Amino acid sequence: MSIFQELTNRDRVFEFLTPAASPVDVRHGPILYLEDVNVSFDGFKAINNLNLTIDDGELRCIIGPNGAGKTTMMDIITGKTRPDTGSVWFGSRHNLLTMNEPDIATLGIGRKFQKPTVFEALTVFENLELAMATDKRILPTLTARLTGEHRDRIEEVLHLIGLAELRYREAGILSHGQKQWLEIGMLLMQKPRLLLVDEPVAGMTEQEMERTAELLTSLAGKQSVVVVEHDMGFVRSIARKVTVLHQGSVLAEGTMDQVSNDPKVIEVYLGEGA
Amino acid sequence: MVASTLNTSKPWLLRPFNERSTQLFLGILFGAVALVTLLHLVFPEGHALHVSAYTVTLLGKYLCYALLAVAVDLVWGFLGILSLGHGAFFALGGYAMGMYLMRQIGDRGVYGDPVLPDFMVFLNWQELPWFWHGFDMAWFAFAMVLLAPGLLALVFGFLAFRSRVTGVYLSIITQALTFALMLAFFRNEMGFGGNNGLTDFKDILGFDLRSDATRLGLFIATGIALAIGYVICRGIVLSKLGRVSVACRDAEARTRFIGYRVDRVQLFVFVVSAMLAGVAGALYVPQVGIINPSEFSPLFSIEVVVWVALGGRATLYGAVIGALLVNYAKTVFTGVMPDAWLFALGGLFVLVTVLLPKGIAGLLQRRKKAEDSDNVAGQEVTA
Repeated sequence: MSIFQELTNRDRVFEFLTPAASPVDVRHGPILYLEDVNVSFDGFKAINNLNLTIDDGELRCIIGPNGAGKTTMMDIITGKTRPDTGSVWFGSRHNLLTMNEPDIATLGIGRKFQKPTVFEALTVFENLELAMATDKRILPTLTARLTGEHRDRIEEVLHLIGLAELRYREAGILSHGQKQWLEIGMLLMQKPRLLLVDEPVAGMTEQEMERTAELLTSLAGKQSVVVVEHDMGFVRSIARKVTVLHQGSVLAEGTMDQVSNDPKVIEVYLGEGA
Repeated sequence: MVASTLNTSKPWLLRPFNERSTQLFLGILFGAVALVTLLHLVFPEGHALHVSAYTVTLLGKYLCYALLAVAVDLVWGFLGILSLGHGAFFALGGYAMGMYLMRQIGDRGVYGDPVLPDFMVFLNWQELPWFWHGFDMAWFAFAMVLLAPGLLALVFGFLAFRSRVTGVYLSIITQALTFALMLAFFRNEMGFGGNNGLTDFKDILGFDLRSDATRLGLFIATGIALAIGYVICRGIVLSKLGRVSVACRDAEARTRFIGYRVDRVQLFVFVVSAMLAGVAGALYVPQVGIINPSEFSPLFSIEVVVWVALGGRATLYGAVIGALLVNYAKTVFTGVMPDAWLFALGGLFVLVTVLLPKGIAGLLQRRKKAEDSDNVAGQEVTA
């Protein structure tokens, strides 16, 4: 059925007739808008009437116990999982539920996975090169040449993530923390409007954590950043606004102090550790 | 890989020529082809150094296999798609060529029909089936050598890759594909000569297929085709698309999230590979003089994978080494001890897997690695 739709959808027949991806419309404030989203896997409600709004340029932390639906939420935003009901908008123009993963990525949503995934057989430099925001269709990719401008941009990010010395080494030899950094670097190469960062400091030393916090806070303002993290110390050090997820919906939202004093939150999450 | 990032100012198809391994490969290939040609032409028959027309054709056959192995290595080594059905594309290219050669026979067949090939007369067919039209023209047949396998790969790949079929499942359906085609081509009603296939060819482009000069010409043409195929594959591997392929191979989801259409990358490389396999099949048929459905047999496709594994995956030249060595060994063994061949092949496979997990090319690479790391150190200083 979907093949049929693809074939009959007139404006998708020729590439050149497809309307150019219009810039994300954030005149009304929010860059990401999730409303009444529901997802269930075999009867288990992973996401339950989730409502979430991220403003343009905001740095938001999302916390919640295991199974709260944090990763599923990211899967929905990036097009990996389709919700049963609800709507997901990027700006006020792009309905993310009608788009696939590469299109969403090209539109400007970058994602860092929980487990660092880099291309281990390629060098650090090549990892960044592939992530770079360029024409990612087949033939342009085949004939792509690395210009001085591209090289400068890659070098800039290499220095930012502290891997300049290792640029020609295979990414597979990097330490866990370095892979995390490389993945953040790849995100930056994509020039996204919105970064979804899943547990960025897992496996990092104190110092690396501090640098990551610095980097993420410096990005906010230019880009919107959503951080999912377990490490409360780290969240406290960067968060301006925190959302607590529990059983697939928002339990509380506010500053770190407001949230950590919320009795409901203490009961389900913070009570155990903080 | 290091060279690839530094070498990107040239058009993609010219980049391989800057690479030492490609220069070396082309040098050895052309040197060997020239040497065989010279030995065949200069020394008279009976001389100790004479290379007979039989040997020339045998070597030509090996080179066809080498091209097929390169095509398989492109998708397996660099894209991570283990195709156990590349024999299907090889055979389709072979059938396209076979149909051209059949039409060239004209009224010189056993039954003397000016249009219908012998097997059709034998089956009491009155008319040429529609899909046999056009094959009397060389340009059409040669286009079909590329188009028939390419189209099959396009349709098959489109359906498989968009449904995100990967890994073992994909291998199994490629196997099923070639098996299904084998059964279909065995049927007389298909119109491809059934069990016996197509044979009894007379000439190609006006040259007599039985003459030594034509055989030598085909051998040289195969050498050139292998060189071109190798450079195309190497060009793809060295391009950004090649690195995206490796990315798809190692972390498919990640590649998707940085904005590449993984299914299209897979489809493109798969179709290129199928076309190369088709060319290999087309050059194979006039040299061995027959094409029949056994080329579709799953066993043959698996053998090709064994050549690549033995030679060394993801190197391209390893595939060539593997194909040549295994087929040479096969010729020797099946001559001396026909029953022992499969045991020898199995033993060789086990031995290489245990002792040389990266194949024969892995041995060569160990030396190259050491050189490369010296180069890297140099580049970091200059960068």
